[in-house]
Amino acid sequence: MAAIFPVSSQEKHEKTKPSTKSITLRISKFNPGKDHATTFLEFPVSYEKWTTVLDAILEVKNYHDHSIGVRYSCRQAMCGSCGMIINGKPKLACFTKISELDSDVVTVEPMNNFPLIRDLVVGFERMFSTHKRIKPYIIREDSEISSGAKEFLQTPEDVEKYIQFSGCIKCGLCNSACPTMAVDSTFIGPQGLAQAYRYIADNRDQGKDERLRIIDERHGIWGCHFAGSCSQVCPKGVDPAMGIQLLRGYLLGYRK
Amino acid sequence: MEKDRKEGIKGMANPGRYGIERVAYWLMRITGLGLLVYFIGHIYETSSLLDGKAAWNSMLELTQTTEGHIFLALVIGMCVFHTGNGIRLMIAEAGFGFGKARRPDYPYTPSSLNMKNKLCIYVSIGLAALAMMYGLGVMYDV
Ligand code: SF4
Ligand code: FES
Repeated sequence: MAAIFPVSSQEKHEKTKPSTKSITLRISKFNPGKDHATTFLEFPVSYEKWTTVLDAILEVKNYHDHSIGVRYSCRQAMCGSCGMIINGKPKLACFTKISELDSDVVTVEPMNNFPLIRDLVVGFERMFSTHKRIKPYIIREDSEISSGAKEFLQTPEDVEKYIQFSGCIKCGLCNSACPTMAVDSTFIGPQGLAQAYRYIADNRDQGKDERLRIIDERHGIWGCHFAGSCSQVCPKGVDPAMGIQLLRGYLLGYRK
Repeated sequence: MEKDRKEGIKGMANPGRYGIERVAYWLMRITGLGLLVYFIGHIYETSSLLDGKAAWNSMLELTQTTEGHIFLALVIGMCVFHTGNGIRLMIAEAGFGFGKARRPDYPYTPSSLNMKNKLCIYVSIGLAALAMMYGLGVMYDV
């Protein structure tokens, strides 16, 4: 069978050649149960153009220091587990290539605005409970599975209204970048608010008033000052800032 | 045991990491606080009228110094930026100016951070700078 992408002899040679490029990986270490202060461990790591920050952390964990606490699962920006601060900005470690950071030193720290469990791992309980609070499901009297009911049909235009917001993987990067979350732990946050919009904009849903009542408060939608940092860092193109402003339109009476 | 990683005021105020929108957010907060301080000072200043013409004149003289001119120029700049950016925010926060929500394609470019919004921020900063220069020109009789 013919190869779809024939590999040239030069490429073959490059593949077997060990990488000559390397960076210093600085990993934040802190165990709240044991340590008094955060320390940074430094490791030289060689990389290829496809090496991700997560690959580098796992190399260190496998061959240098097994004790490093890091959470990951899918390794393809699907599960939302590996969010962390990489060189000062919240990013997914599995979705960030070292080559694109353009720096000889890569510093990884746990996400801000979350409780720290250990090293690079933060607790998601609060984000998940806020997410649950905005009722992230279709609310209506009848159901597609009750006898006699049919599928709830939607046109492609209906789907376009919310599909962007349904791509959220609950990675928490937006909450970590948000300036309101930085000072107000009771703020619902961009993740939860964008999800409120996702369900309200879905024409199968009838829970609009219920959800608007939940978010219509100082620590809810009015805590957002549209700094846009959530949308800057969202790795899935959800654009939570847009969702929040569109959601505000319902409360201000511009949207029905 | 867990340790809260809340960034606090330092993180909230850091304007450098997330583009011009975060800078605008920071400027909006600072100018808002600055105008509040000015408002309180202004009430104090005008209340000197109650003590007669001489008290009012001596209060006015305070603004005729170099420091007074710089302060007034800053107030002009804060007013203009806060108004310009405030109008942008009022329109955006009502859900206008983003276009429609749509299926995102990689590499994702958020509509909420579109050029229209950025342009409004740059125009607000530019107008504030121009107004400050004009104000200083009037104050120094240039
Ligand atoms: S909105 Fe984006 S950044 Fe926020 S949790 Fe969802 S995927 Fe992550
Ligand atoms: S490991 Fe799943 S998103 Fe990074």
